[in-house]
Amino acid sequence: MAPARDRRTGFSRRRQYGVFVGYVLAIAGAVVGAALLVVSTFNPPAFAGARMGVAGLTAPVSSGLAWVVGGVAAVPEAIGTYFFVRQENVALRREREQTRALLMRARTIAYDNRRLRSLLKVRDRIAEPVVTARLVSSSASSGRRFALLNAGRWSGVRPGMAVRGPDGLVGRVVETGPNAARVMLLTDGDSIVPIRRTRDGLPAIAVGRGDGMLDVRSVNATNVKFNAGDLFVTSGVGGLYSPGIPVARVMTAGADSVMARTFANPDTFDFAVVEPGFMPVPPPRALAPSDNSAK
Amino acid sequence: MTTRNSVDYKPFEPKVAGGRARAIPWLTVMAGSLMTIVPLIATIPILPPFGFVMLLAWRLLARYALRPWAAAPLGLFDDLLSGQPLGSAVLLWSLAFVAIDMIEQRLVYRDFWQDWLIASGGIACCVIGGRFLGVRVGTHVDTVLLAQIVITMMLFPLAARIVATIERRRVQE
Repeated sequence: MAPARDRRTGFSRRRQYGVFVGYVLAIAGAVVGAALLVVSTFNPPAFAGARMGVAGLTAPVSSGLAWVVGGVAAVPEAIGTYFFVRQENVALRREREQTRALLMRARTIAYDNRRLRSLLKVRDRIAEPVVTARLVSSSASSGRRFALLNAGRWSGVRPGMAVRGPDGLVGRVVETGPNAARVMLLTDGDSIVPIRRTRDGLPAIAVGRGDGMLDVRSVNATNVKFNAGDLFVTSGVGGLYSPGIPVARVMTAGADSVMARTFANPDTFDFAVVEPGFMPVPPPRALAPSDNSAK
Repeated sequence: MTTRNSVDYKPFEPKVAGGRARAIPWLTVMAGSLMTIVPLIATIPILPPFGFVMLLAWRLLARYALRPWAAAPLGLFDDLLSGQPLGSAVLLWSLAFVAIDMIEQRLVYRDFWQDWLIASGGIACCVIGGRFLGVRVGTHVDTVLLAQIVITMMLFPLAARIVATIERRRVQE
């Protein structure tokens, strides 16, 4: 390409000023960007309205695309299952035989559990799901791990609510728009979930690593051994997530801080259930009544 | 066509048509930013920043298709969709425009290979900059980001091809 000899503006004052103003505006753009960045660093929800406004437009489009992709992807699967239906039938029968004994034992335990709980007068807080929706898109080009849920304030979704998939915890709602909500996934670097080991109730936290994995760290003891295959569920500490939702399985044995894999592998075909906070933050207490009201 | 890409005052030169022809570069960059709405729940940053690649291609191949200040509003649109903190693309894209301007003043002759090199530098700087602006330092995303940078660099020739095709038709109109 020939050299750009276009910096010459000639004698035209109008063109000179025009080019000059263009450069001033370009620099001003960078300055405005830095200012916006400072605001959004110190006050992350500052621009939630604008973001969720755009998300409200894109979420229906993503939903439609997901529906189309799901329909197309189902075709080869349907053909495959048609051919392998016999083998699958045999495998399923065998599996049913194997799990029957286990199921009987589980039923007995569940009955015992219910009976003992009623003896102890334990009051269960059962979180009624707010809405069942789908995750439709995600921040796939950024290092942050956000997903977009196609349900928002109109369906009762509020920031801080927990989102779980069929297999386990997915994340929590951070911003809501009228018909869409932004969900911070467990694997995001800023996500921390209080968990406990299913085997012995050992308390720990699951911290997102950003690469699709979690770090499981012990909280109140040092030199804690984690074995590969240890299972962790939410503990309910903090009141955000209700207890007992599967979170992670440890991959490699270690002490104090080990890598773990999430149970839920969120994709656009599965449902995501939004649950309210387990122990919602109590409303701010009313101020002491003034003298006028006392009279 | 080279004469058209100039701010020299040429009163008798046919101008690029207004309206649609002016809007097309903006629309293609915004379409690149909109690639994040594909129905995909990524566990790692696998999608390249398409919007930024398109912006670089327009800036390097058809200089006057976008105004010098266009990086900031386009970056704002990208920020609203990308999940990065608002302002990171506004800042980084504007800085990329300024940097390309400074390189252009010094580099006299350049062809596609130099363009690709400049774009690669811009992509690397912006992805790494976006990582430090958006993501906590201790997060384990760096290996994946290297892969993302390489993939994005490889996408530049494609973006350049798209821009060249559009530009040819845009100027003919």
